[in-house]
Amino acid sequence: METTRLIIVAVGGQGNLLASKVLGEAALLSSVPVRMSEIHGMAQRGGVVESAIIFGDAESTIISDGEADILVGFEPSETLRALNKCNSETTVITSLAPLPPFTVAIGRGTYPELERIQTLLKEKTKQLIAFDAVELATKAGNMMSVNIVLLGALIQTGILPIPKENLEKAIRTKTKAAFVETNLKAFQSGFNAAVNG
Amino acid sequence: MHKLLTDSPGKKMLLLGNEAIARGAIEAGVSFATTYPGTPSSEISLNLFQISQESDLYFEYSTNEKVALEVAAAAANSGVRTFCMMKHVGMNVAADPLMTLAYVGVKGGLVILTADDPFMFSSQNEQDNRYYGKLSGLPMLEPSSVQEAQQMTAYAFDLSEQLEGPVILRTTTRVNHSSAFVELGQLKTRSPKGDFTKDPLNLVTVPAVSRKLHVRLLEKLDKALELAETSSYNFIEGSGPWGIICNGVSYNYVSDAIKDLGIEEKARILRIGFSNPAPPNLIKSFFDGCEKVLVAEEGEPVMEETVKAFAQEAGLTLRIAGKGKKAFSRLYEFDPATVRRVIADFFGVSFAGTQPPDLSDVPEIPQRPPNLCAGCSHRATFYAVKKAAEGMETIYPTDIGCYTLGFLPPLAMGDFVICMGSSVSTSCGFSKVTDKKVISFIGDSTFFHSGLTGLINAVYNNHNFTLVILDNGTTAMTGHQPNPGVDMSNLKLSGYGHVSIEAVVRAIGVEHVNVIKPYKVKKSIETVKSALAYEGVSVIISEEMCTLYANSLKKLNVRAFTITDKCKNHRDCINEIGCPAFYLDGENVSINPNTCVGCAVCAQICPENAIIPVKKK
Repeated sequence: METTRLIIVAVGGQGNLLASKVLGEAALLSSVPVRMSEIHGMAQRGGVVESAIIFGDAESTIISDGEADILVGFEPSETLRALNKCNSETTVITSLAPLPPFTVAIGRGTYPELERIQTLLKEKTKQLIAFDAVELATKAGNMMSVNIVLLGALIQTGILPIPKENLEKAIRTKTKAAFVETNLKAFQSGFNAAVNG
Repeated sequence: MHKLLTDSPGKKMLLLGNEAIARGAIEAGVSFATTYPGTPSSEISLNLFQISQESDLYFEYSTNEKVALEVAAAAANSGVRTFCMMKHVGMNVAADPLMTLAYVGVKGGLVILTADDPFMFSSQNEQDNRYYGKLSGLPMLEPSSVQEAQQMTAYAFDLSEQLEGPVILRTTTRVNHSSAFVELGQLKTRSPKGDFTKDPLNLVTVPAVSRKLHVRLLEKLDKALELAETSSYNFIEGSGPWGIICNGVSYNYVSDAIKDLGIEEKARILRIGFSNPAPPNLIKSFFDGCEKVLVAEEGEPVMEETVKAFAQEAGLTLRIAGKGKKAFSRLYEFDPATVRRVIADFFGVSFAGTQPPDLSDVPEIPQRPPNLCAGCSHRATFYAVKKAAEGMETIYPTDIGCYTLGFLPPLAMGDFVICMGSSVSTSCGFSKVTDKKVISFIGDSTFFHSGLTGLINAVYNNHNFTLVILDNGTTAMTGHQPNPGVDMSNLKLSGYGHVSIEAVVRAIGVEHVNVIKPYKVKKSIETVKSALAYEGVSVIISEEMCTLYANSLKKLNVRAFTITDKCKNHRDCINEIGCPAFYLDGENVSINPNTCVGCAVCAQICPENAIIPVKKK
């Protein structure tokens, strides 16, 4: 089976690890081999959480610079920071809702302009899908489901060997029962957002 | 029921490496488990802790790794299958019992897990604990994948009983913190009750006994060598003339590289999983037909030096390379592209992979360093100490925990740290040879781990410094594990004792002891001032529960604060305490009500009294 390499970057607390878990479960349902690794030592203290998820026949659980087929960023400046993982054939999906680092929040450092972030990502990769995932999550009923919104966009691209139904099934079994309905809505809204680019 | 107790052999589950290791131990019928938490090993013990609450597995968070291994040694010498887990630097703490327990051996299987951390994702060094296998003369197993980690853990218990000695299971972060599908195996029944038979001439290590035991250890090592020669964990793949010897996660990168480079017909791999003692015959037979050999191992050249020695014994002069400028680095962790590049260079294969884009026109992206949480009690304590010490020339030895982050600006409270417990003992040295005021910081769990002995030393040798014990009621950094000072009823657990830090400090003989509540800023500053004025050893115990922990216990009464128009933009709040709930809205300082937990420290330092609680609707 062909190998597909996915990087997810997020700020601690954005639900990156749950997104990885749901994807892994969906891969299990789809009989697609999957290996992943995560670095989350200081996540609760405002750091960056990066997950590497490798679908198909490979033994490695991490992804080298320039070798991601897809990059999903939950926060625009973090998506830009992970550009070194991409190449000219990479598809990038990013939320456009900034979470400025503390240094920026107190006026010591400049957050890159959103327009500039999008231009750079577009120029240097194959395709950029960008939208405000916080807005979509809020509309779906829970602003915390940014992660699930972005999974919707990810599945819509069809790059992963995982059918939509299996991802929805994984949302039902792996996310908290009280949030399943809003999560499914969030998933669909991300899916639709990706259709519109 | 805990998911790792699922009794469905053959079922596939998506597991974290550390869950797979815990599952492997459960499948082996492990009945006794001890640990001191440390990343990247912590989830193994967390799962066993949870399982112990619904089964007859005995589990304990011991005060440190030395204690954990000694507790484990007794259980295993009473015939009970025992698992002892720690991070790599924890092995240094446990090295004393380890070296002689290797002589004494065990009756029930004892597996000692060391989780190494190449690249130091969450550690103070990246020491290669494979040397502990050689140093102690104990067999060592090293898994490459999550599934193998589960199988190897279960096997390690059998191996330990077969050799009547402890077995070291060595992982690295990328095994502990990777996830993959794991096929569940059969569950063995636990036997938590053991029995001890007196046998002083084999168990009391006076010199005459130890001389005999060392002979026996070497005999066991010979037996281990025979097992390593034929172990299924040491295997050869392929038959080409280009040899690659690898271990652990390097095996994954080598396997992928051989496919990417299309050299399946040219290359042969020797994967070493049963790594100590290294099997000479297997390695020499691997050399047969090899033109040259590359050794791919993260960390130190442990295998490289070993296989070079075997080549010399066999009278071979083929080229063997591993570490070096043009080959692999001793630094940090490997990644697939690096391993592929070194293989391609060494064997003269060309490869045009995908490249990262040109990043020269990407603007600087502000860093996102970890920070003490909003409302963290450590921030309040650091502020109080800083104010109390204003005008003094200070040295702030600190220790290992969340509060190490206090060394970052604007607090900048942390000048020296080397290992667990070092804050106290280094204070002894600093205060003796300098004329500066020495004020050190240690957390509650770290104090019990290895701060106590340093404090006794300080009292006995009459040193002169102030120790601040940051008691936040939990072992926060590694994920809120309990420690001897924790009120276990908070976790709805009974049958535990409780050790009062204050009582211990007073009993040691410290004469100037004060307890502060760090959210009371003025009072805390005054109390710290009195401690700093004291000649001799003084101790401040700063008590306030970790906000994340309090939140998880539903004990956090959040009452967000806001900034009123009394604010004259002094910005002391931002410039002095660096709480992440603050942000600038244009030129105005604001507080994010979703982040603020209401510790009120900022309100107490605002010169205009402009920060007040949000009115309840």
